[in-house]
Amino acid sequence: MTALTRPVSTLGRVFEYRLLTYRRTYRSSLFSSFVSPVLFLTAMGLGLGSYVSNSAALDGVPYLVFLAPGLLAATAMQTASFEATFPIIGGLIWNKVFHAMYATPISPRDVALGNLAWIMARLALVTGIFTLVIIAFGAYESPLVILCIPAAVLTGMAFAGPMAAFSATQQNPNRFATIFRFVITPLFLFSGTFFPVSSLPAGLQVLAGLTPLYHGVALTRSLALGTVMDDPAATVIHLVYLVTLAVVGAYLTTRTIERRLIRG
Amino acid sequence: MPDTSVSSASSHPDAPATSPLIHARGLTKRFGSFVAVDAVDFDVARGESFGFLGPNGAGKTSTMRMIGCVSPISDGTLSVMGMDPKTQGPEIRANLGVVPQQDTLDVELTVRENLSIYGRYFGLSRAEVRRRADELLEFAQLTERADDQVEPLSGGMKRRLTIARSLINEPTVLLLDEPTTGLDPQARHLLWDRLYRLKQQGVTLVLTTHYMDEAEQLCDRLVVMDKAKIVAEGSPRALIEQYSTREVTELRFAPGVVDSLDGQLDGIAERVERLPDRVLLYADDGEAAAVAVHQRGLRPETVLVRRSSLEDVFLRLTGRSLIE
Repeated sequence: MTALTRPVSTLGRVFEYRLLTYRRTYRSSLFSSFVSPVLFLTAMGLGLGSYVSNSAALDGVPYLVFLAPGLLAATAMQTASFEATFPIIGGLIWNKVFHAMYATPISPRDVALGNLAWIMARLALVTGIFTLVIIAFGAYESPLVILCIPAAVLTGMAFAGPMAAFSATQQNPNRFATIFRFVITPLFLFSGTFFPVSSLPAGLQVLAGLTPLYHGVALTRSLALGTVMDDPAATVIHLVYLVTLAVVGAYLTTRTIERRLIRG
Repeated sequence: MPDTSVSSASSHPDAPATSPLIHARGLTKRFGSFVAVDAVDFDVARGESFGFLGPNGAGKTSTMRMIGCVSPISDGTLSVMGMDPKTQGPEIRANLGVVPQQDTLDVELTVRENLSIYGRYFGLSRAEVRRRADELLEFAQLTERADDQVEPLSGGMKRRLTIARSLINEPTVLLLDEPTTGLDPQARHLLWDRLYRLKQQGVTLVLTTHYMDEAEQLCDRLVVMDKAKIVAEGSPRALIEQYSTREVTELRFAPGVVDSLDGQLDGIAERVERLPDRVLLYADDGEAAAVAVHQRGLRPETVLVRRSSLEDVFLRLTGRSLIE
Protein backbone atom coordinates (compact mmCIF):
# COMPACT_ATOMS: atom_id res chain seq x y z
CA MET A 1 0.00 0.00 0.00
CA THR A 2 1.30 3.42 -0.78
CA ALA A 3 1.62 6.17 1.78
CA LEU A 4 -1.18 8.04 0.05
CA THR A 5 -3.87 5.38 -0.09
CA ARG A 6 -3.24 3.87 3.33
CA PRO A 7 -4.74 6.66 5.48
CA VAL A 8 -7.91 6.72 3.40
CA SER A 9 -8.41 2.97 3.59
CA THR A 10 -7.74 2.78 7.34
CA LEU A 11 -10.15 5.67 7.91
CA GLY A 12 -12.72 3.72 5.91
CA ARG A 13 -12.43 0.82 8.36
CA VAL A 14 -13.54 3.09 11.20
CA PHE A 15 -16.44 4.19 9.02
CA GLU A 16 -17.28 0.54 8.40
CA TYR A 17 -17.50 -0.08 12.15
CA ARG A 18 -19.93 2.80 12.60
CA LEU A 19 -22.00 1.49 9.70
CA LEU A 20 -22.09 -1.97 11.29
CA THR A 21 -23.37 -0.61 14.59
CA TYR A 22 -25.87 1.64 12.77
CA ARG A 23 -27.42 -1.40 11.08
CA ARG A 24 -28.87 -2.40 14.45
CA THR A 25 -31.11 0.65 14.58
CA TYR A 26 -31.40 1.87 11.00
CA ARG A 27 -35.11 1.10 10.60
CA SER A 28 -36.29 3.24 13.49
CA SER A 29 -33.67 5.86 12.66
CA LEU A 30 -34.76 6.22 9.04
CA PHE A 31 -38.41 6.23 10.07
CA SER A 32 -37.94 9.10 12.51
CA SER A 33 -35.78 10.99 9.98
CA PHE A 34 -38.87 10.96 7.76
CA VAL A 35 -41.64 11.38 10.33
CA SER A 36 -40.07 14.20 12.28
CA PRO A 37 -39.96 16.75 9.39
CA VAL A 38 -43.47 15.72 8.28
CA LEU A 39 -44.83 16.41 11.77
CA PHE A 40 -42.93 19.66 12.23
CA LEU A 41 -43.82 21.07 8.82
CA THR A 42 -47.46 20.10 9.27
CA ALA A 43 -47.85 21.50 12.79
CA MET A 44 -45.65 24.57 12.60
CA GLY A 45 -45.53 25.30 8.88
CA LEU A 46 -49.14 24.62 7.92
CA GLY A 47 -50.94 24.82 11.29
CA LEU A 48 -49.20 27.68 13.07
CA GLY A 49 -48.19 29.19 9.73
CA SER A 50 -51.83 29.82 8.80
CA TYR A 51 -51.90 32.50 11.51
CA VAL A 52 -48.74 34.18 10.21
CA SER A 53 -49.14 36.80 7.51
CA ASN A 54 -46.75 36.91 4.55
CA SER A 55 -44.79 39.83 5.90
CA ALA A 56 -41.75 41.36 4.23
CA ALA A 57 -39.67 40.15 7.15
CA LEU A 58 -40.34 36.58 5.97
CA ASP A 59 -38.83 37.42 2.59
CA GLY A 60 -42.38 37.63 1.22
CA VAL A 61 -42.96 33.88 1.26
CA PRO A 62 -45.54 31.77 3.15
CA TYR A 63 -44.44 30.79 6.66
CA LEU A 64 -44.09 27.14 5.66
CA VAL A 65 -41.59 28.07 2.95
CA PHE A 66 -39.72 30.32 5.38
CA LEU A 67 -39.62 27.70 8.12
CA ALA A 68 -38.69 24.54 6.14
CA PRO A 69 -35.03 25.32 5.27
CA GLY A 70 -34.41 26.77 8.73
CA LEU A 71 -35.72 23.62 10.35
CA LEU A 72 -33.57 21.55 7.99
CA ALA A 73 -30.38 23.35 9.09
CA ALA A 74 -31.38 23.12 12.75
CA THR A 75 -32.06 19.38 12.39
CA ALA A 76 -28.58 18.94 10.93
CA MET A 77 -27.17 20.70 13.99
CA GLN A 78 -29.06 18.43 16.37
CA THR A 79 -28.17 15.21 14.55
CA ALA A 80 -24.51 16.19 14.36
CA SER A 81 -24.37 17.22 18.01
CA PHE A 82 -25.83 13.94 19.17
CA GLU A 83 -23.56 11.85 16.94
CA ALA A 84 -20.49 13.79 18.09
CA THR A 85 -21.11 13.33 21.80
CA PHE A 86 -22.38 9.96 23.06
CA PRO A 87 -20.83 7.69 20.40
CA ILE A 88 -17.44 9.39 20.86
CA ILE A 89 -17.33 9.04 24.63
CA GLY A 90 -18.74 5.52 24.19
CA GLY A 91 -15.88 4.38 21.97
CA LEU A 92 -13.27 6.04 24.17
CA ILE A 93 -14.61 5.16 27.62
CA TRP A 94 -17.67 2.91 27.73
CA ASN A 95 -16.83 -0.01 25.47
CA LYS A 96 -13.35 1.27 24.52
CA VAL A 97 -13.67 0.06 20.93
CA PHE A 98 -11.56 2.99 19.72
CA HIS A 99 -8.74 1.62 21.88
CA ALA A 100 -9.23 -1.76 20.20
CA MET A 101 -8.89 -0.03 16.81
CA TYR A 102 -5.68 1.66 17.94
CA ALA A 103 -4.19 -1.78 18.66
CA THR A 104 -4.39 -2.45 14.90
CA PRO A 105 -2.82 -0.45 12.04
CA ILE A 106 -5.56 2.17 12.55
CA SER A 107 -4.20 5.47 13.89
CA PRO A 108 -5.87 7.96 16.24
CA ARG A 109 -6.29 10.27 13.26
CA ASP A 110 -8.19 7.52 11.43
CA VAL A 111 -10.44 7.11 14.47
CA ALA A 112 -11.17 10.86 14.53
CA LEU A 113 -11.67 11.39 10.82
CA GLY A 114 -13.46 8.07 10.30
CA ASN A 115 -16.02 9.06 12.90
CA LEU A 116 -16.45 12.51 11.36
CA ALA A 117 -16.85 10.91 7.92
CA TRP A 118 -19.56 8.73 9.39
CA ILE A 119 -21.32 11.75 10.89
CA MET A 120 -21.17 13.39 7.48
CA ALA A 121 -22.83 10.35 5.92
CA ARG A 122 -25.51 10.34 8.61
CA LEU A 123 -26.13 14.02 7.95
CA ALA A 124 -26.41 13.43 4.21
CA LEU A 125 -29.04 10.77 4.90
CA VAL A 126 -31.04 12.81 7.40
CA THR A 127 -30.93 16.07 5.42
CA GLY A 128 -31.58 14.21 2.16
CA ILE A 129 -34.80 12.73 3.56
CA PHE A 130 -35.73 16.10 5.04
CA THR A 131 -35.21 17.82 1.70
CA LEU A 132 -37.42 15.26 -0.03
CA VAL A 133 -40.13 16.05 2.52
CA ILE A 134 -39.69 19.78 1.82
CA ILE A 135 -40.11 19.12 -1.89
CA ALA A 136 -43.18 16.97 -1.24
CA PHE A 137 -44.70 19.84 0.78
CA GLY A 138 -43.85 22.24 -2.04
CA ALA A 139 -42.11 24.34 0.60
CA TYR A 140 -39.49 25.86 -1.68
CA GLU A 141 -39.17 28.58 -4.31
CA SER A 142 -36.14 27.49 -6.35
CA PRO A 143 -34.79 24.22 -7.79
CA LEU A 144 -31.61 25.13 -5.90
CA VAL A 145 -33.44 23.56 -2.94
CA ILE A 146 -31.51 20.39 -3.76
CA LEU A 147 -28.32 22.22 -2.70
CA CYS A 148 -29.87 22.57 0.75
CA ILE A 149 -28.52 19.05 1.36
CA PRO A 150 -24.80 19.96 1.19
CA ALA A 151 -25.50 23.28 2.92
CA ALA A 152 -27.20 21.52 5.84
CA VAL A 153 -24.47 18.84 5.96
CA LEU A 154 -21.89 21.62 6.22
CA THR A 155 -23.93 23.26 8.98
CA GLY A 156 -23.94 19.95 10.84
CA MET A 157 -20.19 19.46 10.40
CA ALA A 158 -19.55 22.93 11.83
CA PHE A 159 -21.03 21.52 15.03
CA ALA A 160 -19.75 17.93 14.77
CA GLY A 161 -16.06 18.90 14.68
CA PRO A 162 -15.94 21.10 17.79
CA MET A 163 -18.39 18.87 19.68
CA ALA A 164 -16.42 15.68 18.98
CA ALA A 165 -13.22 17.45 20.06
CA PHE A 166 -14.91 18.40 23.32
CA SER A 167 -16.41 14.94 23.85
CA ALA A 168 -12.96 13.34 23.62
CA THR A 169 -11.85 15.39 26.64
CA GLN A 170 -14.74 14.24 28.85
CA GLN A 171 -14.76 11.37 31.34
CA ASN A 172 -18.56 11.12 31.50
CA PRO A 173 -21.55 12.60 29.67
CA ASN A 174 -22.59 14.98 32.48
CA ARG A 175 -21.70 18.13 30.57
CA PHE A 176 -23.49 17.05 27.41
CA ALA A 177 -26.89 17.78 28.96
CA THR A 178 -25.68 21.29 29.85
CA ILE A 179 -24.54 21.87 26.28
CA PHE A 180 -27.80 20.64 24.81
CA ARG A 181 -29.81 22.74 27.25
CA PHE A 182 -27.83 25.98 27.16
CA VAL A 183 -26.27 25.94 23.68
CA ILE A 184 -28.13 23.72 21.24
CA THR A 185 -31.69 24.54 22.34
CA PRO A 186 -31.22 28.35 22.42
CA LEU A 187 -29.53 28.20 19.02
CA PHE A 188 -32.41 26.10 17.72
CA LEU A 189 -34.89 28.74 18.90
CA PHE A 190 -33.09 32.03 18.23
CA SER A 191 -30.88 31.59 15.15
CA GLY A 192 -33.50 32.48 12.57
CA THR A 193 -35.07 29.03 12.35
CA PHE A 194 -38.60 30.03 13.39
CA PHE A 195 -38.53 33.80 12.90
CA PRO A 196 -36.10 36.26 11.32
CA VAL A 197 -33.22 37.34 13.51
CA SER A 198 -34.18 40.93 12.60
CA SER A 199 -37.13 40.63 15.01
CA LEU A 200 -34.73 40.26 17.95
CA PRO A 201 -33.60 43.27 20.03
CA ALA A 202 -30.53 44.91 18.47
CA GLY A 203 -28.03 43.47 20.96
CA LEU A 204 -29.30 39.94 20.52
CA GLN A 205 -29.27 40.35 16.75
CA VAL A 206 -25.50 40.83 16.86
CA LEU A 207 -25.14 37.83 19.14
CA ALA A 208 -27.35 35.64 16.94
CA GLY A 209 -25.35 36.70 13.90
CA LEU A 210 -22.21 35.26 15.48
CA THR A 211 -23.63 31.77 15.98
CA PRO A 212 -22.90 29.01 13.47
CA LEU A 213 -26.53 28.01 13.18
CA TYR A 214 -27.46 31.53 12.04
CA HIS A 215 -25.06 31.17 9.11
CA GLY A 216 -26.25 27.63 8.38
CA VAL A 217 -29.90 28.70 8.38
CA ALA A 218 -29.22 31.77 6.23
CA LEU A 219 -27.24 29.76 3.68
CA THR A 220 -29.77 26.93 3.51
CA ARG A 221 -32.72 29.32 3.26
CA SER A 222 -31.08 31.39 0.51
CA LEU A 223 -30.81 28.21 -1.56
CA ALA A 224 -34.41 27.09 -0.99
CA LEU A 225 -35.70 30.57 -1.81
CA GLY A 226 -33.31 31.05 -4.75
CA THR A 227 -31.90 34.24 -3.23
CA VAL A 228 -28.39 32.90 -2.82
CA MET A 229 -26.85 35.20 -5.43
CA ASP A 230 -28.71 38.31 -4.23
CA ASP A 231 -25.94 38.96 -1.74
CA PRO A 232 -22.82 36.98 -2.81
CA ALA A 233 -20.69 38.50 -0.06
CA ALA A 234 -23.06 37.18 2.61
CA THR A 235 -22.99 33.72 1.00
CA VAL A 236 -19.20 33.70 1.02
CA ILE A 237 -19.16 34.74 4.68
CA HIS A 238 -21.57 31.91 5.59
CA LEU A 239 -19.44 29.37 3.73
CA VAL A 240 -16.10 30.55 5.12
CA TYR A 241 -17.50 30.66 8.67
CA LEU A 242 -18.96 27.13 8.51
CA VAL A 243 -16.02 25.53 6.67
CA THR A 244 -13.57 27.08 9.15
CA LEU A 245 -15.46 25.69 12.13
CA ALA A 246 -15.71 22.25 10.52
CA VAL A 247 -12.01 22.11 9.62
CA VAL A 248 -10.72 23.50 12.91
CA GLY A 249 -13.09 21.15 14.72
CA ALA A 250 -11.79 18.14 12.77
CA TYR A 251 -8.21 19.13 13.58
CA LEU A 252 -9.00 19.49 17.28
CA THR A 253 -10.89 16.18 17.29
CA THR A 254 -7.80 14.47 15.92
CA ARG A 255 -5.69 16.02 18.66
CA THR A 256 -8.00 15.24 21.58
CA ILE A 257 -8.74 11.68 20.45
CA GLU A 258 -5.04 11.02 19.98
CA ARG A 259 -4.27 12.33 23.46
CA ARG A 260 -6.97 10.16 24.99
CA LEU A 261 -5.95 6.99 23.13
CA ILE A 262 -2.29 7.41 24.01
CA ARG A 263 -3.14 7.93 27.67
CA GLY A 264 -4.91 4.55 27.63
CA MET B 1 20.70 -10.76 31.34
CA PRO B 2 21.23 -13.28 28.55
CA ASP B 3 22.09 -10.90 25.76
CA THR B 4 23.50 -7.49 26.42
CA SER B 5 25.05 -7.00 23.01
CA VAL B 6 23.20 -4.50 20.89
CA SER B 7 21.77 -6.38 17.95
CA SER B 8 21.62 -4.84 14.52
CA ALA B 9 18.00 -3.84 13.97
CA SER B 10 16.57 -5.14 10.75
CA SER B 11 13.73 -3.19 9.17
CA HIS B 12 11.81 -6.28 8.14
CA PRO B 13 9.30 -8.16 10.31
CA ASP B 14 10.84 -11.48 9.29
CA ALA B 15 14.22 -10.65 10.71
CA PRO B 16 16.60 -13.59 11.21
CA ALA B 17 15.60 -15.80 14.12
CA THR B 18 18.84 -15.01 15.93
CA SER B 19 18.05 -11.36 16.65
CA PRO B 20 15.54 -10.79 19.45
CA LEU B 21 11.96 -10.10 18.39
CA ILE B 22 11.65 -7.45 21.07
CA HIS B 23 14.69 -5.58 22.25
CA ALA B 24 14.65 -2.95 25.01
CA ARG B 25 17.51 -1.04 26.62
CA GLY B 26 17.01 1.64 29.22
CA LEU B 27 13.33 1.66 28.31
CA THR B 28 11.61 4.38 30.31
CA LYS B 29 8.07 5.73 30.58
CA ARG B 30 7.33 8.92 32.46
CA PHE B 31 3.98 10.60 33.06
CA GLY B 32 4.97 14.11 34.12
CA SER B 33 7.30 13.62 37.06
CA PHE B 34 6.02 10.09 37.76
CA VAL B 35 8.28 7.33 36.47
CA ALA B 36 6.14 4.32 35.51
CA VAL B 37 8.94 2.31 33.88
CA ASP B 38 12.49 3.07 34.96
CA ALA B 39 15.24 2.16 32.48
CA VAL B 40 14.45 -1.53 32.00
CA ASP B 41 16.43 -3.90 29.75
CA PHE B 42 14.98 -7.08 28.27
CA ASP B 43 14.93 -9.20 25.12
CA VAL B 44 12.26 -11.55 23.87
CA ALA B 45 13.31 -14.26 21.41
CA ARG B 46 11.16 -15.58 18.59
CA GLY B 47 8.85 -18.38 19.74
CA GLU B 48 9.54 -17.64 23.37
CA SER B 49 6.92 -17.23 26.05
CA PHE B 50 7.97 -14.24 28.11
CA GLY B 51 6.36 -12.82 31.22
CA PHE B 52 6.33 -9.68 33.30
CA LEU B 53 5.51 -10.67 36.86
CA GLY B 54 4.79 -8.07 39.48
CA PRO B 55 2.14 -6.44 41.63
CA ASN B 56 -0.32 -3.82 40.40
CA GLY B 57 1.45 -0.55 39.66
CA ALA B 58 4.83 -2.16 38.98
CA GLY B 59 4.93 -0.77 35.43
CA LYS B 60 3.89 -3.92 33.54
CA THR B 61 1.01 -2.39 31.61
CA SER B 62 3.03 0.72 30.70
CA THR B 63 5.74 -1.55 29.32
CA MET B 64 3.20 -3.55 27.32
CA ARG B 65 1.65 -0.40 25.89
CA MET B 66 5.04 0.79 24.69
CA ILE B 67 5.68 -2.59 23.03
CA GLY B 68 2.19 -2.37 21.53
CA CYS B 69 3.09 1.01 19.98
CA VAL B 70 0.15 2.83 21.55
CA SER B 71 2.22 4.75 24.11
CA PRO B 72 5.38 6.60 23.04
CA ILE B 73 8.56 5.73 24.93
CA SER B 74 10.01 8.52 27.10
CA ASP B 75 13.60 7.35 26.97
CA GLY B 76 15.86 4.47 25.99
CA THR B 77 15.60 2.24 22.94
CA LEU B 78 12.94 -0.23 21.88
CA SER B 79 12.67 -2.28 18.75
CA VAL B 80 9.82 -4.66 17.97
CA MET B 81 10.26 -7.17 15.15
CA GLY B 82 13.26 -5.11 14.08
CA MET B 83 11.15 -1.98 13.68
CA ASP B 84 11.04 1.32 15.53
CA PRO B 85 7.76 2.01 17.36
CA LYS B 86 8.34 5.77 16.97
CA THR B 87 8.11 5.72 13.20
CA GLN B 88 6.65 2.33 12.28
CA GLY B 89 3.79 1.97 14.77
CA PRO B 90 1.11 0.92 12.26
CA GLU B 91 3.46 -1.59 10.57
CA ILE B 92 4.36 -3.14 13.94
CA ARG B 93 0.75 -3.22 15.11
CA ALA B 94 -0.18 -5.00 11.88
CA ASN B 95 1.86 -7.98 13.16
CA LEU B 96 0.82 -7.87 16.81
CA GLY B 97 -2.09 -9.46 18.59
CA VAL B 98 -3.21 -7.53 21.65
CA VAL B 99 -5.27 -8.77 24.58
CA PRO B 100 -5.76 -5.70 26.78
CA GLN B 101 -6.31 -5.89 30.51
CA GLN B 102 -9.89 -4.70 30.09
CA ASP B 103 -12.01 -6.20 27.30
CA THR B 104 -12.63 -3.74 24.48
CA LEU B 105 -15.42 -5.67 22.78
CA ASP B 106 -18.57 -4.09 21.38
CA VAL B 107 -21.01 -5.99 23.58
CA GLU B 108 -23.99 -5.01 21.43
CA LEU B 109 -22.52 -6.74 18.38
CA THR B 110 -22.51 -10.51 18.00
CA VAL B 111 -19.50 -12.70 18.71
CA ARG B 112 -18.86 -13.17 15.00
CA GLU B 113 -19.32 -9.49 14.20
CA ASN B 114 -16.71 -8.59 16.81
CA LEU B 115 -14.26 -10.95 15.14
CA SER B 116 -14.96 -9.90 11.58
CA ILE B 117 -14.91 -6.14 12.10
CA TYR B 118 -11.60 -6.52 13.91
CA GLY B 119 -10.21 -8.43 10.94
CA ARG B 120 -11.39 -5.60 8.72
CA TYR B 121 -9.31 -3.15 10.81
CA PHE B 122 -6.28 -5.05 9.52
CA GLY B 123 -7.45 -4.63 5.96
CA LEU B 124 -8.34 -8.31 5.44
CA SER B 125 -10.91 -9.10 2.76
CA ARG B 126 -14.42 -10.09 3.82
CA ALA B 127 -13.92 -13.64 2.53
CA GLU B 128 -10.64 -14.02 4.41
CA VAL B 129 -12.17 -12.60 7.57
CA ARG B 130 -15.07 -15.05 7.33
CA ARG B 131 -12.72 -18.02 6.94
CA ARG B 132 -10.48 -17.00 9.85
CA ALA B 133 -13.46 -16.14 12.07
CA ASP B 134 -14.84 -19.67 11.67
CA GLU B 135 -11.48 -21.16 12.63
CA LEU B 136 -11.04 -18.86 15.60
CA LEU B 137 -14.58 -19.48 16.87
CA GLU B 138 -13.68 -23.14 16.89
CA PHE B 139 -10.37 -22.45 18.64
CA ALA B 140 -12.07 -20.32 21.30
CA GLN B 141 -14.90 -22.85 21.69
CA LEU B 142 -17.46 -20.20 20.85
CA THR B 143 -18.92 -21.66 17.64
CA GLU B 144 -22.29 -22.27 19.26
CA ARG B 145 -22.46 -18.67 20.47
CA ALA B 146 -21.26 -17.17 17.18
CA ASP B 147 -24.45 -15.29 16.41
CA ASP B 148 -25.30 -14.28 19.97
CA GLN B 149 -24.70 -10.82 21.33
CA VAL B 150 -21.57 -10.52 23.46
CA GLU B 151 -23.29 -8.77 26.38
CA PRO B 152 -24.70 -11.85 28.16
CA LEU B 153 -21.58 -14.01 27.73
CA SER B 154 -19.61 -15.06 30.82
CA GLY B 155 -16.33 -13.35 31.70
CA GLY B 156 -14.37 -16.38 30.53
CA MET B 157 -16.16 -16.45 27.17
CA LYS B 158 -15.56 -12.73 26.62
CA ARG B 159 -11.91 -13.25 27.42
CA ARG B 160 -11.68 -16.15 24.94
CA LEU B 161 -13.35 -13.96 22.34
CA THR B 162 -10.80 -11.21 23.00
CA ILE B 163 -8.00 -13.74 22.53
CA ALA B 164 -9.60 -15.12 19.36
CA ARG B 165 -9.96 -11.58 18.09
CA SER B 166 -6.29 -10.84 18.75
CA LEU B 167 -5.34 -13.77 16.49
CA ILE B 168 -7.34 -12.68 13.43
CA ASN B 169 -4.29 -11.09 11.79
CA GLU B 170 -2.16 -14.21 12.48
CA PRO B 171 0.22 -12.17 14.64
CA THR B 172 3.92 -12.83 15.11
CA VAL B 173 3.73 -11.69 18.73
CA LEU B 174 0.78 -11.94 21.08
CA LEU B 175 0.68 -9.37 23.92
CA LEU B 176 -1.49 -10.45 26.85
CA ASP B 177 -2.03 -8.01 29.70
CA GLU B 178 -3.35 -9.88 32.74
CA PRO B 179 -5.12 -12.45 30.56
CA THR B 180 -6.96 -14.28 33.33
CA THR B 181 -7.45 -11.66 36.04
CA GLY B 182 -10.96 -11.84 37.45
CA LEU B 183 -11.78 -15.27 36.03
CA ASP B 184 -12.82 -18.32 38.01
CA PRO B 185 -10.33 -21.23 38.20
CA GLN B 186 -12.09 -23.34 35.57
CA ALA B 187 -12.16 -20.49 33.06
CA ARG B 188 -8.51 -19.76 33.78
CA HIS B 189 -7.45 -23.34 33.10
CA LEU B 190 -9.36 -23.35 29.83
CA LEU B 191 -7.62 -20.13 28.80
CA TRP B 192 -4.21 -21.46 29.79
CA ASP B 193 -4.89 -24.50 27.65
CA ARG B 194 -5.66 -22.29 24.64
CA LEU B 195 -2.56 -20.17 25.21
CA TYR B 196 -0.42 -23.27 25.60
CA ARG B 197 -1.63 -24.44 22.18
CA LEU B 198 -0.62 -21.14 20.64
CA LYS B 199 2.79 -21.48 22.21
CA GLN B 200 3.08 -24.96 20.69
CA GLN B 201 2.25 -23.44 17.31
CA GLY B 202 5.23 -21.12 17.66
CA VAL B 203 3.44 -17.88 18.50
CA THR B 204 5.62 -15.63 20.64
CA LEU B 205 3.71 -14.81 23.82
CA VAL B 206 4.44 -11.79 25.98
CA LEU B 207 2.27 -11.56 29.04
CA THR B 208 1.91 -9.71 32.29
CA THR B 209 0.47 -11.30 35.36
CA HIS B 210 0.40 -10.99 39.10
CA TYR B 211 -0.46 -14.65 39.43
CA MET B 212 2.62 -16.74 40.06
CA ASP B 213 0.85 -19.94 38.99
CA GLU B 214 0.05 -18.33 35.66
CA ALA B 215 3.66 -17.28 35.20
CA GLU B 216 4.84 -20.80 36.08
CA GLN B 217 2.36 -22.40 33.69
CA LEU B 218 2.96 -20.20 30.69
CA CYS B 219 6.36 -18.53 30.81
CA ASP B 220 9.63 -19.96 29.54
CA ARG B 221 11.32 -16.93 30.99
CA LEU B 222 10.20 -13.96 32.97
CA VAL B 223 11.27 -10.77 34.61
CA VAL B 224 10.08 -9.74 38.04
CA MET B 225 9.05 -6.09 38.12
CA ASP B 226 8.67 -3.97 41.20
CA LYS B 227 8.33 -0.21 41.49
CA ALA B 228 9.06 0.47 37.81
CA LYS B 229 12.23 -1.64 37.76
CA ILE B 230 13.19 -5.18 36.80
CA VAL B 231 14.51 -6.86 39.95
CA ALA B 232 15.21 -10.37 38.62
CA GLU B 233 15.17 -12.30 35.39
CA GLY B 234 15.23 -16.01 34.45
CA SER B 235 13.11 -19.11 33.96
CA PRO B 236 10.58 -19.80 36.72
CA ARG B 237 12.67 -22.75 37.90
CA ALA B 238 15.96 -20.84 37.84
CA LEU B 239 14.43 -17.96 39.76
CA ILE B 240 13.11 -20.30 42.43
CA GLU B 241 16.45 -22.03 42.70
CA GLN B 242 18.30 -18.76 42.92
CA TYR B 243 16.07 -16.88 45.31
CA SER B 244 14.34 -19.55 47.36
CA THR B 245 14.84 -22.96 48.90
CA ARG B 246 13.44 -26.18 47.49
CA GLU B 247 10.61 -26.33 50.02
CA VAL B 248 8.67 -24.04 52.28
CA THR B 249 6.98 -24.90 55.55
CA GLU B 250 4.01 -22.69 56.29
CA LEU B 251 2.99 -22.41 59.94
CA ARG B 252 -0.27 -20.86 61.06
CA PHE B 253 -0.59 -19.86 64.69
CA ALA B 254 -3.50 -18.68 66.76
CA PRO B 255 -3.98 -14.89 66.55
CA GLY B 256 -1.32 -13.00 68.50
CA VAL B 257 1.07 -15.94 68.83
CA VAL B 258 3.24 -14.87 65.87
CA ASP B 259 4.25 -11.70 67.72
CA SER B 260 5.50 -13.69 70.74
CA LEU B 261 7.76 -16.01 68.76
CA ASP B 262 10.94 -13.97 69.15
CA GLY B 263 13.96 -16.12 68.47
CA GLN B 264 12.19 -19.43 68.98
CA LEU B 265 12.43 -20.37 65.28
CA ASP B 266 16.06 -19.34 64.81
CA GLY B 267 18.26 -21.90 63.08
CA ILE B 268 15.46 -24.19 61.99
CA ALA B 269 15.47 -22.94 58.40
CA GLU B 270 17.75 -21.05 56.02
CA ARG B 271 15.40 -18.11 56.24
CA VAL B 272 12.29 -17.28 58.25
CA GLU B 273 9.67 -14.93 56.86
CA ARG B 274 6.98 -13.54 59.15
CA LEU B 275 3.70 -12.51 57.56
CA PRO B 276 0.76 -11.07 59.53
CA ASP B 277 -1.13 -14.38 59.46
CA ARG B 278 1.60 -17.00 59.17
CA VAL B 279 5.28 -17.82 59.33
CA LEU B 280 7.22 -19.23 56.36
CA LEU B 281 10.24 -21.43 56.95
CA TYR B 282 12.52 -21.69 53.92
CA ALA B 283 14.37 -25.02 54.00
CA ASP B 284 15.36 -27.65 51.46
CA ASP B 285 13.76 -30.29 53.68
CA GLY B 286 10.40 -28.92 54.79
CA GLU B 287 9.41 -32.02 56.73
CA ALA B 288 12.54 -31.81 58.85
CA ALA B 289 11.79 -28.15 59.58
CA ALA B 290 8.25 -29.07 60.66
CA VAL B 291 9.59 -31.76 62.99
CA ALA B 292 12.10 -29.30 64.46
CA VAL B 293 9.29 -26.85 65.21
CA HIS B 294 7.47 -29.52 67.21
CA GLN B 295 10.65 -30.54 69.03
CA ARG B 296 10.95 -26.96 70.27
CA GLY B 297 7.53 -27.29 71.81
CA LEU B 298 5.75 -24.96 69.41
CA ARG B 299 2.21 -25.94 68.46
CA PRO B 300 1.08 -24.20 65.25
CA GLU B 301 -2.60 -24.64 64.33
CA THR B 302 -1.71 -25.86 60.85
CA VAL B 303 1.50 -26.95 59.16
CA LEU B 304 1.82 -27.08 55.38
CA VAL B 305 4.94 -28.23 53.54
CA ARG B 306 5.02 -27.17 49.89
CA ARG B 307 7.44 -26.50 47.07
CA SER B 308 8.77 -23.00 46.63
CA SER B 309 6.94 -20.84 44.10
CA LEU B 310 7.46 -17.53 42.37
CA GLU B 311 5.45 -15.97 45.17
CA ASP B 312 8.35 -16.82 47.47
CA VAL B 313 10.80 -15.36 44.98
CA PHE B 314 8.83 -12.16 44.94
CA LEU B 315 8.60 -12.03 48.71
CA ARG B 316 12.35 -12.51 48.97
CA LEU B 317 13.12 -9.84 46.38
CA THR B 318 10.75 -7.17 47.58
CA GLY B 319 9.72 -8.11 51.11
CA ARG B 320 6.09 -7.97 50.01
CA SER B 321 3.44 -10.33 48.65
CA LEU B 322 2.36 -10.17 45.02
CA ILE B 323 -1.31 -9.73 45.76
CA GLU B 324 -1.87 -7.26 48.55
